[in-house]
Amino acid sequence: MPEPAFFVVMLAKIAVVFGLMLLSVAYLTWLERKVISDFQVRLGPMRVGPHGLLQPIADGIKLMFKEDIIPEAADRAIYVLAPTLALIPAFISFAVIPFGDRVRLFGQSIDMVISDVNVGLLYLFGVASLGVYGIVLGGWASNNKYALLGGLRSAAQMISYELSMGLSVVGVLMLSESLSLVRIVGAQSKAWFILLQPIGFLIFLICAIAETNRAPFDLPEAETELVAGFHVEYSSMKFAMYFMAEYANMITVAALATTLFLGGWRGPFLPPVVWFLAKLYLVIFLFIWIRATLPRFRYDQLMRFGWKVLLPLALANIVITAAFVALR
Amino acid sequence: MLLSYLPILILVLLAAGFALATLFLSSALGPRRPSKDKLSTYECGIDPVGSARERFSVKFYLVAMLFIIFDIEIVFLYPWAVILNSLGLFGLVEMFFFLGILLIGLLYVWKKGGLEWTT
Amino acid sequence: MTVIQVVFFLVAAFTTAAAFLVVLAKNIVHCAIALVFTFFGVAALYVLLDAEFLAAVQVLLYVGGITILLLFAIMLTSRISARGVRVMNEQVGMSAVVVFAIFALLAIASLKGFALVGSPPPASYATASLGRLLLTTYVLPFEAVSILLLAAMVGAIILARREREKD
Repeated sequence: MPEPAFFVVMLAKIAVVFGLMLLSVAYLTWLERKVISDFQVRLGPMRVGPHGLLQPIADGIKLMFKEDIIPEAADRAIYVLAPTLALIPAFISFAVIPFGDRVRLFGQSIDMVISDVNVGLLYLFGVASLGVYGIVLGGWASNNKYALLGGLRSAAQMISYELSMGLSVVGVLMLSESLSLVRIVGAQSKAWFILLQPIGFLIFLICAIAETNRAPFDLPEAETELVAGFHVEYSSMKFAMYFMAEYANMITVAALATTLFLGGWRGPFLPPVVWFLAKLYLVIFLFIWIRATLPRFRYDQLMRFGWKVLLPLALANIVITAAFVALR
Repeated sequence: MLLSYLPILILVLLAAGFALATLFLSSALGPRRPSKDKLSTYECGIDPVGSARERFSVKFYLVAMLFIIFDIEIVFLYPWAVILNSLGLFGLVEMFFFLGILLIGLLYVWKKGGLEWTT
Repeated sequence: MTVIQVVFFLVAAFTTAAAFLVVLAKNIVHCAIALVFTFFGVAALYVLLDAEFLAAVQVLLYVGGITILLLFAIMLTSRISARGVRVMNEQVGMSAVVVFAIFALLAIASLKGFALVGSPPPASYATASLGRLLLTTYVLPFEAVSILLLAAMVGAIILARREREKD
């Protein structure tokens, strides 16, 4: 049995990360609205607090006091379960991502990660694959045609891009020789993997956008044809839970891109945690930039791109990398 | 090793507790004034036509089947990728054989139009 | 009892309860969701056995893949998800006998099996050694898997085709 200090440190890490995650999710909505409005040469939220800084809090309180409507035709149990199933995986997948180097504090060496699981990357992909349920079940339980179609489309999209995402990191695994994210960052002491795996990084980034259902892959929500997709019948905090899950997933996937390809917390001069956050927000800014720039795909284009372009490209990347690694 | 799963268990419980608390709070704080129109299925303001429990395109099913097949392939690729460096040429040839056969499968599906969304 | 034993019994109870729900739920979509939780419980059991790679794969494939396929299949089937399914029929007695026979068989087999192995093997099922075993000792079954997957792909196409012709 480890000493009590171990448990104290563990609980403290969990509390800090969970709290920061909630805060980031809230302020990411503000950041996204601000950045998008900058791109569109307007001000964005300005009323609540200076520069609209209190907007996320106002939004949260407002949603909390809204009427929670459960449609008559809905399957009540699953209708309530679905947003929960979206939220939980979104908030637990961050656990294996290291956000700093090991530090010594009060005579204890503390790893800056909630848990360094040996099969960390597989854990992350496994948990991420659960996100589909929240969407497909929410769509089904609403008993609404738009919602169901949005849910099914989204599920098919997410599993299609999950494949290319899984394949895009195989090159990283060959170079780092481990599935543990702590060791993957450790293996990037000489060169960040984006330099050795540029194609892998590109594929990963595209899939990350598709997995988080963001523009140009935001078909499940396609306002113009599906009104709002799977969450059209959701209101009040249940709607907010889907929203929180979406933004939490965005943070996690950006953190994963940072960890796998951008050297994680590595960087000169500044403390590791600062480097980690800087890279993380750089990737998130990229996501928002892409959303502000690109129009939405058509569904058949999206599926064709996933299966006929990304999947073969990811396989080719594996073959080439494998040849280099094995014949070196 | 089991100890590394303890924080994850705690995190799951924390996230679940947070979700339940959110659901409870919003149902306790929000008003409740149901009406027939409010509870009916949303269909752009007109009365709902038919049921949403209709049959959907078999395409979705095909995508899910292909997904499982390639997902299994990925699961085999990971342990291989981790040790490739020490396996050398031998491991390379073996995996190329494995990938080659699956590539034939992908080409077959492609040729048969299994990757076309519009027919 | 040690802490791990307590955890084991909790997880086992959770898994069994979810499995009961799979057979007893009236709505077929509810059955499928209960199956998700069953698979989860099994993954947790794998973790308790130090087989974390297997646990991750269990979640990735069974929860993230196969149950999604099941859900799609349910939603593709005309109106089955709106109707309640009959949980019991006249063969309950017969199937109970078969179930208990299988349970007894498995119980005996696993008890005898543990006696043969002695103590549980060391937790050496790390990903790397798994890969090494796959590519050396078990290379033939490994390559056979690729043929099996190829056959599955052909089967998937033929199934989807027939379905489309029927439409």
